Amino acid sequence: MNNLFSIHTVRFFVLVLVQVLILNHINFLGYINPYFYILFIALFPIKNNRVILILLSFFLGLTIDLFLDTGGIHAAACVFIAYIRPVILKFSFGTIYEHQTVKFNSVDFDSKLIYLTLLTVMHHLVLFSLEIFSISKILLVLQKTLFSSIFTILLSITVTIIFSRKTK
Amino acid sequence: MQQIINFIIRNKNFLLFLLLFSVSILFTIQSHSYHKSKFINSANFLTGGVYNSINDFNNYFKLKSQNQLLAAENLRLRSILRNSKGLVDSTYIDSLTFNKAYRFYNANVIKNSYSLTDNFLTLNKGTNDSVKQDFGVISSKGIIGIVDKTSSNYATVLSILNTTSKISAQLKKSNHFGTLTWNGKSPEFTQLLDIPKVAIFAKGDTIITSGRSSIFPKNIDIGTIESFQLDAAENYYEIEVKLFNDMTSIEHVYIIENVDLSEITNLENGVNE
Repeated sequence: MNNLFSIHTVRFFVLVLVQVLILNHINFLGYINPYFYILFIALFPIKNNRVILILLSFFLGLTIDLFLDTGGIHAAACVFIAYIRPVILKFSFGTIYEHQTVKFNSVDFDSKLIYLTLLTVMHHLVLFSLEIFSISKILLVLQKTLFSSIFTILLSITVTIIFSRKTK
Repeated sequence: MQQIINFIIRNKNFLLFLLLFSVSILFTIQSHSYHKSKFINSANFLTGGVYNSINDFNNYFKLKSQNQLLAAENLRLRSILRNSKGLVDSTYIDSLTFNKAYRFYNANVIKNSYSLTDNFLTLNKGTNDSVKQDFGVISSKGIIGIVDKTSSNYATVLSILNTTSKISAQLKKSNHFGTLTWNGKSPEFTQLLDIPKVAIFAKGDTIITSGRSSIFPKNIDIGTIESFQLDAAENYYEIEVKLFNDMTSIEHVYIIENVDLSEITNLENGVNE
């Protein structure tokens, strides 16, 4: 338990620092940045209390907002995906989730991809809608969501594969 | 009472979600109105400190290009100095020391952003260096933005690449003025609106600050006209301005204080009442 706690604390800070110091300066093609820190919410243990996850997600988003001067858009998007995570888990993992035995290292690649994709697209959609904050620019919102999502998903998948521990 | 408590316990996840979501939306809305974002800005001890220490490190990679920029500016200033020597005589009063209207401070950008629709910069000068809200910020090539929030050692700047930014600008050739805004698309271009239809100008003409806003002095370069068209009502021009500044790479900036700012705003407020 203690070990788990320290892993997630370290992951929280590492992801925030990587996000604000490296990933926000990529600006691929002018405006495409991966928002990779949501991996913290994606990999949060499933058995834990949902209240804790929602609270932690809020603080994660708020920390990113502090660094980027973006008001509360990251906090809002994070809280949103933290709240709807069980639905996405159920959709992408099906019966394994209902038996509460999902281990991110051991599930097959397809369902992991679906899970990360859904989570990322939801997060980015809320994020960019709030950032641009105008219905007349809906195309810009969708465009940014699409490109940034592709970038984020690729990065998340790569990182989870590289850092996954071998399970026998 | 029992039922209310039961309801709260049963729906605690949803209620918590609703509460935190509304708090974040509140922060977002606050950040969209100028000068209202009270808590969430990067001019605080924590984020400013992190950016500052990383910037110390990153500076080494930009040394060469920034030195070239500063050398180019020195060259320009030196040529002005040489050429104006003839003006100096015994009755000449140096306007830099006597009754000056603008004070300059130099600062370094420790955080820059240009890919969002509302961009802010963070500088390494704050109230300890007497930098306050509503001071103008320029670089050697042109304007950058307006100081928004300050802490004791850091200040955030509302960039001209911000959809809420509105700066008074004019044509260099004539005195027709309009409002400089940004549509959130390319960091190379801003839009100059409300130039009256009678104004005569051509592609490539220079746009400068108008000095009407009492934040920037007159005659600070902004950019050149890239293209223009009439707006929907066909009364005013909408001009696409190509900035002199490369907003994606800024390091050394100057903060401008208008010494008479409070006097001017007091006077104008008095007129409105």
